[in-house]
Amino acid sequence: MAKKVAYSAMLVSLAMIFSYVEVLIPISFGIPGIKLGLANLVVVVGLFFMSPAQVFTVLVVRILLSSFMFGNMSSLIYSLAGGCCSFSMMVLLKRRKELSMTGISMFGGVCHNAGQLLVATIVVQNFRVLYYLPALLISGVLTGMITGIIGQNVKKYISL
Amino acid sequence: MIKKKEKVILLSVFLLAGMIALFFFLLSGGKGEIVRIMTDGKEYGSYSLSEDQIIEVKTAAGCNRIVIKNHSVFMEYADCPDQYCVKHKPVSNANETIVCLPHKLVVEVHSEKDEVMIDGISR
Repeated sequence: MAKKVAYSAMLVSLAMIFSYVEVLIPISFGIPGIKLGLANLVVVVGLFFMSPAQVFTVLVVRILLSSFMFGNMSSLIYSLAGGCCSFSMMVLLKRRKELSMTGISMFGGVCHNAGQLLVATIVVQNFRVLYYLPALLISGVLTGMITGIIGQNVKKYISL
Repeated sequence: MIKKKEKVILLSVFLLAGMIALFFFLLSGGKGEIVRIMTDGKEYGSYSLSEDQIIEVKTAAGCNRIVIKNHSVFMEYADCPDQYCVKHKPVSNANETIVCLPHKLVVEVHSEKDEVMIDGISR
């Protein structure tokens, strides 16, 4: 049990560093919500090594801590929505044997962005924000692909 | 690395996403005539895109300054933490928006004929 807690804490810190570092990369497409999502590496790789419950705990703790430290209450809702959406989708997809980590990560990326956009639509009570959907879908696929490829290579070298 | 069957699934999903994107792209556009500012789901005001003006919106959430100039609209100032709305490029075509999520503020651009059909949804 103590080992699990220690591992989880380590993964949370890792994920937080990832999300902090990616803010330093000055790639901006002028559309809100587009980011590399490197922190998802922890989730994606984690799904292949740990129980979904443990991965989910790491995810939620990371989102809470990151939002309290670097973000604000507003960003918390969106991160949670996106994170939970993508996590649920990835857990479901993992059961099917056809998809590799990259594929799962791509779906995760899309779900993350779609989840955030959905919450945004509800919060501002305006359907027009959905016009950002196409851009977010495409970026979700691409960033998910990048994360997935990195994750697959990471998986080769580590054992948890 | 990626199995063959998976490539088929991914490609078809990607194509689907692309088609949705195309659909949205074709749907939008047209020259903008009216700017509508919505706060917290309710209309704050409607303004003409042809008139240069500065609109200051102060809500419980914060302050935003929207500027209409040269037939386009942009967010000159906002005291929100992420500043995505301020960084957004000026918009001028129908269906384009600038959103300030922390302040629940949406700046919409409508074409003239658009305004006749009031959004039953956002009321």
